[in-house]
Amino acid sequence: MPSPRYRREMPQRYRLEGAQCKKCGKISFPPRLICAACGSREFGTAKLSDTGKIVSYTTIRVAPSDFAKQIPYNIAIVESDNGVRVTAQVVDCKPEDIEIGKRVKFVFRKLYEEGRTGIICYGYKTVLI
Amino acid sequence: MREVAVIGCGMTKFGELWTRSLRDLFVEAALKAIDDANVDHLDSIYVGSMTPGLFVGQEHIGALMADYLGVAPIPAMRVESACCSGGMAFRLGFFEIASGHSDVILVGGVEKMNDGADVTYALATAADQEYEAYHGVTFPGLYALIARAHMHRYGTTRKQLAAVSVKNHRNGALNPNAQFQKEVTIEQVINAALVADPLTVLDSSPVSDGAACAILTSLDIAKKMQKPTIKVIGTGAATDRLALHTRDDITALKAVQVSAEAAYKMAGVKPSDIHLAEIHDCFSIAEICVIEELGFVKKGHGGPFTEQGHTALDGKIPVNTSGGLKSKGHPVGATGIAQIVEVVEQLRGNAHQRQVKNAQIGLTQNMGGSGASSVTHILRID
Repeated sequence: MPSPRYRREMPQRYRLEGAQCKKCGKISFPPRLICAACGSREFGTAKLSDTGKIVSYTTIRVAPSDFAKQIPYNIAIVESDNGVRVTAQVVDCKPEDIEIGKRVKFVFRKLYEEGRTGIICYGYKTVLI
Repeated sequence: MREVAVIGCGMTKFGELWTRSLRDLFVEAALKAIDDANVDHLDSIYVGSMTPGLFVGQEHIGALMADYLGVAPIPAMRVESACCSGGMAFRLGFFEIASGHSDVILVGGVEKMNDGADVTYALATAADQEYEAYHGVTFPGLYALIARAHMHRYGTTRKQLAAVSVKNHRNGALNPNAQFQKEVTIEQVINAALVADPLTVLDSSPVSDGAACAILTSLDIAKKMQKPTIKVIGTGAATDRLALHTRDDITALKAVQVSAEAAYKMAGVKPSDIHLAEIHDCFSIAEICVIEELGFVKKGHGGPFTEQGHTALDGKIPVNTSGGLKSKGHPVGATGIAQIVEVVEQLRGNAHQRQVKNAQIGLTQNMGGSGASSVTHILRID
């Protein structure tokens, strides 16, 4: 991944920063230039709650090359307590420990390395609480 | 708008075609369609292809195919909408004929996936790169997330998912162009290697090479040619939020529902008027969700409906008589046109052992990614 592309997403990947619509209150994550709910273009910054719940989940057993070393790994759609859904790994647990509705918290982790000379990619994952 | 007809079609066999190149596959399908239509010129070409750049390092394939088909300098371009690139190419061709700008055009689709590329990565580029693929989710993974949610909400069972694959393999076993011409059992599907839980490799469409093409003209010209004329009576396309997690209901494929509604409205038909449908079963759960969105069955009832045999060749609404993406194969860009090829063969009465009796109206539904784009067509024999 070219480093400008990586750097642009840092506020979201490192700090869970979204944009909250000043008109309807909906949080866009990542930020958008126009609110998908009401069409407003006025936003403030809002952080995702650091806890949430599992909406759905799976265990990946065939992965793209960047993730091949990690298989099997769990992926879920997680809804933060302030109502924003994201896709994230669920780590430090077995696949059978995960259920729809279970509570999780966001943690900061390494996601993958781009070979021997590329950048190390960080971001959010989740753990069961 | 002029009325539009399909007067010819052709496809390659689908499969792991290691000795055939991207251009050879397309030209073979194009020549079959041209010979079938018996036309002596083309006004333009639309080629649906998802990512020839990632699969074989080749972009600019509109011009490449016009060149190798020997029809340059006619206009040609590639159309891309992930896995529904072929269906979208057909739709653009429809409008070019309907507008009166062109009289005879070729619409096709091609993908050459078996050439050593990282296929899982290439397919995942249809998802949100920064917020889905970055976290390691794959296409089977996205459909597995849909499957789990559908099972949780509607009680859809593992066995009902498997019933989709069993039915499509049964149909594909009768299709000489299918990648897998053999039947599978419920137990084989359930016990196959997991790809993304709960989906196994036998819930998943394969990695395929292949091409399919069709020739479009106006209904008036088709009638003068005195051939069995297949009229395109409805077209609909729609989009949805790209990332699965941003949709309010991850078990709903809204783009499919909206694209179908538009096609039904234009055609003046209802779901119960459709005699057969070729739909986008990239994974078993996809077929269950799509038959619900097309209105063949109520939301949440797709699993039992399939298990009871209503989508089988002799069922209420035969679905994927070709074997579908699962058994026929899924060279992504070619799929939307291959669906048209099957419906045309069925409406002409040329589907041999797969023939649906008295088939007069057929539907095709082709979608991109985890359902962020969808295109539906309705065809009728005139």
